[in-house]
Amino acid sequence: MKRTWLSILGTPAAWTVLALAITACTPRNPTQAIIGNAAEEVYVPPGQYDEFYSIVSGGFNGQVSVYGLPSGRLLRIVPVFSQFPENGWGYSEETKPMLNTSHGFVPWDDSHHIALSTTNGEHDGRWAFVNGNNTPRIARINLQTFRTEEIIEIPNSSGNHSSPFLTENSEYAVAGTRFSYPLDGAGTTPDVPIETYKQNFKGTVSFVGINPQDGELNIGFQILLPGVNFDLARGGRGPSHDWFFFSCYNTEQANTLLEVNASQKDKDFIMAVNWKRCEEYVKAGKGRKDKVRYAHNVYSDETHSATSNIETEVTVLDPTELKDIVYFIPCPKSPHGCDVDPSGQYIVGSGKLAAVIPVFSFDKMLKAIAEGNVESTYEGIPVLNYDAVLHGEVEKPGLGPLHTEFDGKGFAYTSFFVSSEIVKWNVEKLEVVDRVPTYYSIGHLSVPGGPTRKPHGKYVIAYNKITKDRYLPTGPELTQSAQLYDISGDKMRLLLDFPTVGEPHYAEALPADLIAPNSVKIFPIEENKHPYVTRGEKEARVERKGNEVHVYMTSIRSHFTPDNIEGVKLGDEVYFHVTNLEQDWDVPHGFAVKGSNNAEILIMPGETCTLKWVPDRIGVTPIYCTDFCSALHQEMQGYVRVSPAGANVPLRWTTGGTPESGLSNR
Amino acid sequence: MLRIMLIGWVLALALSACTSRQEAEQAAKNSPTLSEAAAPQPEQHGVEKKTVTLANPLNGEWIAAGKAIYDLKCLACHKLTNEKVVGPGWAGVTKRREPVWIMNMITNVDMMLETDPEAQKMLEECLVRMPNQNISDEEARHILEFMRQNDGEK
Repeated sequence: MKRTWLSILGTPAAWTVLALAITACTPRNPTQAIIGNAAEEVYVPPGQYDEFYSIVSGGFNGQVSVYGLPSGRLLRIVPVFSQFPENGWGYSEETKPMLNTSHGFVPWDDSHHIALSTTNGEHDGRWAFVNGNNTPRIARINLQTFRTEEIIEIPNSSGNHSSPFLTENSEYAVAGTRFSYPLDGAGTTPDVPIETYKQNFKGTVSFVGINPQDGELNIGFQILLPGVNFDLARGGRGPSHDWFFFSCYNTEQANTLLEVNASQKDKDFIMAVNWKRCEEYVKAGKGRKDKVRYAHNVYSDETHSATSNIETEVTVLDPTELKDIVYFIPCPKSPHGCDVDPSGQYIVGSGKLAAVIPVFSFDKMLKAIAEGNVESTYEGIPVLNYDAVLHGEVEKPGLGPLHTEFDGKGFAYTSFFVSSEIVKWNVEKLEVVDRVPTYYSIGHLSVPGGPTRKPHGKYVIAYNKITKDRYLPTGPELTQSAQLYDISGDKMRLLLDFPTVGEPHYAEALPADLIAPNSVKIFPIEENKHPYVTRGEKEARVERKGNEVHVYMTSIRSHFTPDNIEGVKLGDEVYFHVTNLEQDWDVPHGFAVKGSNNAEILIMPGETCTLKWVPDRIGVTPIYCTDFCSALHQEMQGYVRVSPAGANVPLRWTTGGTPESGLSNR
Repeated sequence: MLRIMLIGWVLALALSACTSRQEAEQAAKNSPTLSEAAAPQPEQHGVEKKTVTLANPLNGEWIAAGKAIYDLKCLACHKLTNEKVVGPGWAGVTKRREPVWIMNMITNVDMMLETDPEAQKMLEECLVRMPNQNISDEEARHILEFMRQNDGEK
């Protein structure tokens, strides 16, 4: 009998049942979820392209990944906040400055939210922004190169969760601190007891300006706020263009066991900020200048290098003095998502612990402000009357609402973590019209163009938090599960599961034709302004500056020049500045050194990248290309001879022969 | 019996393979998921050259411009003697090849490797595809002038 039970437990079916039983809120039978010919609808024939790019945050991997939709194929991982040994990001001399912060080199982060640049509230395909949730940062990715071009640290912030959402014309990206903490206005955090939260802790939200020409970021201003947690945010559009909305929780101001202590009040807040008015105050000199320290890192495609500067000042506005820039709207209960519909008229708050979804009316908010319809103040900031601002509540929508996206046909799609479903509802009528289960416990969701004035509709993608039995098991650690649903008809239909890397939080998708035609294929070698560029093999050489050895190296299918180097001594630091002379699309070369404590690097056509190598032993060390480049890729290799410190070996470099053959030391 | 089942299974597989290919082709034709602007991007190559006009004396400016491009983009694989490194040495190339052949080999290498038997023969010898080095028609003409000078023309 005992044996029988054991053997039953050993079957995959039993484990599946067990796993399903363990999943807290298992939705309906997953095997019955496919309706119609789903395979045909997501099939992209070989050699053809997906209709949408989906730009997906990587969560704890600190990166951004790019998927094609509807196929769910992973196209690329873009390294952002985390070092990436695959291509040398954060390891090469050129990219190390990108990860500099006021804390020094921070080679990882926790990237949560994507914001794609918009013009007039519509996707323009220029940049993707992503937040660093840990060490407060915003990064800007150029969608022509799919490279991180800029990272700016946010001072007076402690955990940048409420970020990097944009205003309608990409005037600003926002950054609201998740953790409030003691702030003294001098860029330092005072040493005070933690339980003095209510007296000493403050929050901020920052508005980071975006240069419309080149996208360069600068911190326009910050708003000093009561000590609460800022969670998510959305910019207004159309009539609400001048406003920004942030969800706030922990208005209880708890500093311990927030799970319980920050869940006491029936309502927290949606915070409305009039950023246009803030701009006017900044222009009129109403801001206080705080002494701070934050890193601002910029990468250039001309020099193929990054620079990092520490900036020291920021303008801070105080809403207890400037009375008409910030208002609180009561919102049930511990709101997470804060989303604005395509018309800019409705603001949806998703209280994690709320039994309803409140929808606020922008017009009613303006009216309440004009009429002074205020129910209280919170640390000097007016709290508007809930009923006066409310458009209405969606009754019994589901359990644990998190986020809402829109289809442009008057419907909203809200994710429910606890009841593990997507619920479709009518924004005007506040009526639930459809619901589908997700597998399992959805977090964010994404409709292509969903957070813009003009959603493209067609699909909603669920980014689920729990994977369990959806794929072949891979031990305790599983891939994250995304799911694609068709939303073109009245009923949502599950079409596809696809695994994702890292842990996606928010993602945005946009039509491929906004990006694909502008994609950069090569960097013209004539325009390479890297200080260590090698313009052709004639310029290849090795130079010694004290104990630094600089190798000006070229790569082309399939050799390096020089590929034999002698005269390096123990105690030297060797810098390989490799210029890829190729000018054809998709012909990168790699470069690697045996025993390197650094990484390998990948060099794109026309680019120069530098690998620093500090030899640790005497002898001859191989170097080689790591990116299969031609039939003779395995021949793309060479040697560096390392001699004892003080040895007499002269610096000498060759390719294809002796110095006398004319192919070397030239 | 087993054999019959096996044959049936193979037949079913073959049929289903056939069906799925047709379906795929059909899907490719009608695919509603493909937007036109995201259609496959051909690599940037020049248009096929049909004629090239040569003149003497050689154009000194073109020679200098061609030499500069050679140093940056060609020298890694081509020597100016007849020694083969990755690709063939350039000595005598303007005597062996028509000017249009040279020009197309520089700016239209994919077409040449697909259609030209002489180019294909070179690939069999070198085993590294002549790369597209992002060279314009005008620049290719300058390189040709430099090659003519290298071959002793005045």
